[in-house]
Formats: sequence, C-alpha cells, structure tokens
Amino acid sequence: MLKAVKAAPALRQHRTISYARWGYIFIAPFFAAFVLFSLIPLCSTIYYSFFEYYRSGLKVIGPNFVGIDNYKAVFGSDLLKYLWNTVLIWIMGFIPQLAISMLLAAWFTDLRLRLHGKGFFKVVIYMPNLIMASALAMLFFALFADNGPINSTLISMGVISEPYQFFTSVASTRWLIAMMNFLMWVGNTMILIMAGIMGIDSGLFEAARIDGCKSGQMFRRITLPLIRPILIYVLITSMIGGLQMFDVPKVLTNNTGSPNRSTTTILMYLNNHLFSKNYGMAGAVSVILFLLCAVLCIGVFLVLTRPNDGLTRQERRLLKKAEKGECKL
Amino acid sequence: MKNSTSNMELNRKGRTGLNVHRTISYIMLVLLCFLCLFFFYILIINATRTNNEIQKGISLLPGSHFMANLKSVLNNSTIPILSGLKNSLIISVCAAVLSTYFSALTAYGIYAYNFKYKNLAYALILLIMMMPTQVSAMGFLRLISSMGMKDTLWPLFLPNIAAPIVFFFIKQYMEANLRLEIVEAARIDGSKEFHTFNTIVLPILKPALAVQAIFTFVCSWNNYFLPALILDSNTNKTMPILIAELRSADYLKFNMAAIYMTIAIAIVPVIIVYFFLSKYIVGGVTTGSVKG
Repeated sequence: MLKAVKAAPALRQHRTISYARWGYIFIAPFFAAFVLFSLIPLCSTIYYSFFEYYRSGLKVIGPNFVGIDNYKAVFGSDLLKYLWNTVLIWIMGFIPQLAISMLLAAWFTDLRLRLHGKGFFKVVIYMPNLIMASALAMLFFALFADNGPINSTLISMGVISEPYQFFTSVASTRWLIAMMNFLMWVGNTMILIMAGIMGIDSGLFEAARIDGCKSGQMFRRITLPLIRPILIYVLITSMIGGLQMFDVPKVLTNNTGSPNRSTTTILMYLNNHLFSKNYGMAGAVSVILFLLCAVLCIGVFLVLTRPNDGLTRQERRLLKKAEKGECKL
Repeated sequence: MKNSTSNMELNRKGRTGLNVHRTISYIMLVLLCFLCLFFFYILIINATRTNNEIQKGISLLPGSHFMANLKSVLNNSTIPILSGLKNSLIISVCAAVLSTYFSALTAYGIYAYNFKYKNLAYALILLIMMMPTQVSAMGFLRLISSMGMKDTLWPLFLPNIAAPIVFFFIKQYMEANLRLEIVEAARIDGSKEFHTFNTIVLPILKPALAVQAIFTFVCSWNNYFLPALILDSNTNKTMPILIAELRSADYLKFNMAAIYMTIAIAIVPVIIVYFFLSKYIVGGVTTGSVKG
C-alpha cells in the first residue's frame, strides 16, 4: 500500500488517465448509506436529547427546547444503577472468559503438550457464539424455572429438598446471565488469542528453551508481551459488547430486570424509553452511551493502527533515541 | 554413567509431569465441551417429549413426540412461526449479500485507487467500526418513520450497505491475496473498472466473502434490539421477537414441549449449518483481527 502511494505521482507523469474518480465512485455507496442510516440518525439523536419530546397517550408533547434537563432527569433516575448492573455482570462473565480462553489457547499452542482433537474442541467451544441470544435466554429460563428440569433433577438426586428459586435471588440471576455471556464468548476469545500466539516467531521459544527457560517463564516473558495488542483488542471490544448487553437479561427477566431491577442493563433502559416513545430521554441515554463507546472506539482504533513490534511506548522511545545516537540501549 | 542415569530420571520426571499436565487439560476441555453441548442436548431431547414427561425431569433419551410437538407449534396461531422464519430468512440473506458486496466494493476502492481523501476515509471507517448501532437507534426510528418504512423489512437490511467490520476483514484479506498487477493487466486488455471488479476481483475474494456472508447472516438472524422496535404487525415479526414473546406471554398456559420445540426451530438450523462449515467459520474469526 505504501509503495503504491509513493508510486502514484510518477505514474501520473507518464499517462494522462487518472483513476482517482473511480476510488470515489467505489466508496460512494458505503458512505452514502453510512451518512443516511448512521450519521443523520446520530445527529438527530444528539439534537433531540436537548428537547422535551414525548408521547402522552395519543398526544405528542414538544419538541420544546429544555437544555440539559433530560440529562439531569436521566442522572436523577436510576441510570447509574443500570450502568453498574451492566458493568458488574460484564465483569462477572469476562474475567473467567479471559482466564479460561488464555489457558486453553496456551494449551492448544503448546508444542510439547501435543493435545489431540484440537479441531473438535475448537468447533464445540465456539458454537454457542452463533446461537440466538434470546433463544438461549429462553432456554435457560425454561431449564432453571422453579419446576424446570434442573430443579427436578437436583431434587431427585437429593441435593436439595425443595425447588431452588433461581430468579428470585439477585446473585443467581446475575450469575446465570454472566454464565450465558461466558459460554457465548469464550470460544471467540480463545480463537483470537490462539491466532496471536501462533503469530509469534517460533524461533523465540526455541532460543528461550535452549537458554533453559521454563514453560511458565516463557508464557510470562515472551507470549504475554507479544500478544498484548490482541489482549487489549479483546478487552475493549468485549467492553463495547458488554455495554450492548440486552437480549439475554431482557428475555430472561421478561424486561422487568427482576429481582428489583438488579439485572436491568443500560440498553434495557434505553429500550424502555424508545418503546414508550420518550424521544428526549432516549436521546439523552443514547448520547451518554455514545460517549462511552466513542472512548472505547478510539482505543480500538489505536490498537489497530499502532506499530506492530511488541514494544512498549517507553522502549520505542528509547530505541529512537539510540538510533539518533543520544543514548545507549 | 551417573550423569546419564540422572538425566534419564529427569526425563522421566518431565514426562510424568507432562502427562499430568495433559490429563488436566483434557479434563478441563471435556468439562467445557460438556457445558457447551449439555443445554442444547437437553433442548433437543425435550423437544421430542410430552409436557408430562418434561415435568418429571431430565432424560438422556429422546421421546417419541417430535412430530406431534412440531405440528402443535406450526398450528399455533398466536406464534406465527413460519412467517417468522420467512422474515428472518429474507432479512438475513439480503443483509449478507448487501454487506459483503458493498464492503468488497469499498475495500477495493480504497485498496486499488489513489485519491486525495483515501487515508481519511480509511481512518474514519476504522474509527466508527465498533460503534454500536443502538446509540443512534432513536434517530434511526424517527428517520424510517418519516420515510414510511416503519413495520417493513427494508430498514433491517439496507443499512448493511455500510458494514465497517465486514469492510475491514475483506480489506485485510485483499492486502494479502490480491495483486494489483492482475488489475493492471485487465485494464490493458480493455476491461472497464466495474467489469474488472465483478469478474476478476470478486472471484479472488470468494473465501473471505463467504466467511463474512455467514457471519452477517448469523448476526442478522439473531438480531433482536432493532427489529423489536421496528416491526409491529404479527406477520412481519422475526424469530427472536417471537421467542421473546413466548417469554412474555402467560407462560403457564403454554405447553412446555411446544416452547422447547420453538426454541429448537430457532437454534438448530444455525447449528447444523455451523457444523458443516465449521472449518471456514472458525478460521474466519481471525482473518481480520490484530496480529500479535
């Protein structure tokens, strides 16, 4: 790509045909659709977040400009509680997900361990990622219901004497949601991390082994620093995904966030405002969500465009200085 | 002599250590696979049993009421499952076709041509890549209402013309697999730009397009947030909406066997297709991601 950019002026001198306009023509549909379906809606979302604009019965109130009143109202309601619910459930699923997928990725790529059936395990563990989240939630609801199969099996095994009500306890409802998120994403994370580990030059591991390096040391000193970009990518994209948590808690709790709205996520809150056509409040929630995601998106952007050499910023600065002859490494 | 025996001992120790390590990893893997498969196994088993059998607890053997359950689900008029399947299929197929074709077009535009704002366009797409569509849902709903597309299927696949993630994956694939000399050669032979793209570039991209089409299809098939806000009338609803309605309907009135059957109808086709194409899908997860 870099070569092509540099060669462009030379090309232009030799022939008179410029293909630049074709570039614009080819990318036009994408940007037209983006402006129409994403940018304009985003702008109008931001615009109406400063207006009183809702439906009461059949009458539409507003839009009347009210400044930041919607934001005050949103923060005055339980927004922070819902944000906390979302983040907490995300963390409950993400930490085991990251730990187990790193462990599995390390095992799968360990040349000495030589595990059999890698392909099969990968296929099975990745499968839940493609399952309809709402159907999975409905399935879990049916299985863990008071008179569902899980309870009746536990009773017949003598583990418990009467049905355990999974959906009346805050902890068990949250753990069930976290577990579904874990099941759905552990395979995806594992495959990404595995690809990262396999991208590392195997000579590094061989050299380390000859120097008497143990497996654990190798993982800590070679693998971890070199897959850091992938880990950051996984972390940020998972955070964005976590903020979008909606289908599972919505279907599992029938939109009530029960018990006591302890599983209401920020997107369920937004959905409620959209459903009741309270556009002003929905706009304010959307803008807050947008700002959170924008910070994370910039993070993804930086990961994808950074130089790819496995060094930290400090090391890179040192290297640059050394190249100029200012200091020794 | 002494040295070699101690070496052998060390080797044996290392080997037993390795065996223990291997056993632990197999146990862990089997447990995780069990967790992944168990729920779906119970789902499929329960879809073949009667309501009474299901209430008694878990069984590992299938029942004999598969056809009866299927019939009762298909004949249930409150949950129009056939039209739900049809709507989901239309949306998912259109979304997959639009997003792969136009993303390939965009990726080719940025990869093969030099123009002033090329790098800006590329940076912009990367920047918006992970932005959830839900943040602009409110404006989107207003827009499609004013365009008269509320309660139609159009707004659920037309926005897929701009699919930044698909674009990014295809661009990565293009950089590794498409040589611009081929395009030059086609140009010298008098091929027009669009003709070159459709007949020469697209076939080269086929593997990447197939994988991305599958991912977009599954994503649209499972999508719930926007369709639930846009589709109101019963005949336009998609599968995820129907599943969610199953939950909000008076749950006790339903036959449990029918509920399991409905979930199975929503899930099983995707699982079957997945097991046939798993090699490409699992391989496709990483094609466009960051390299370590």
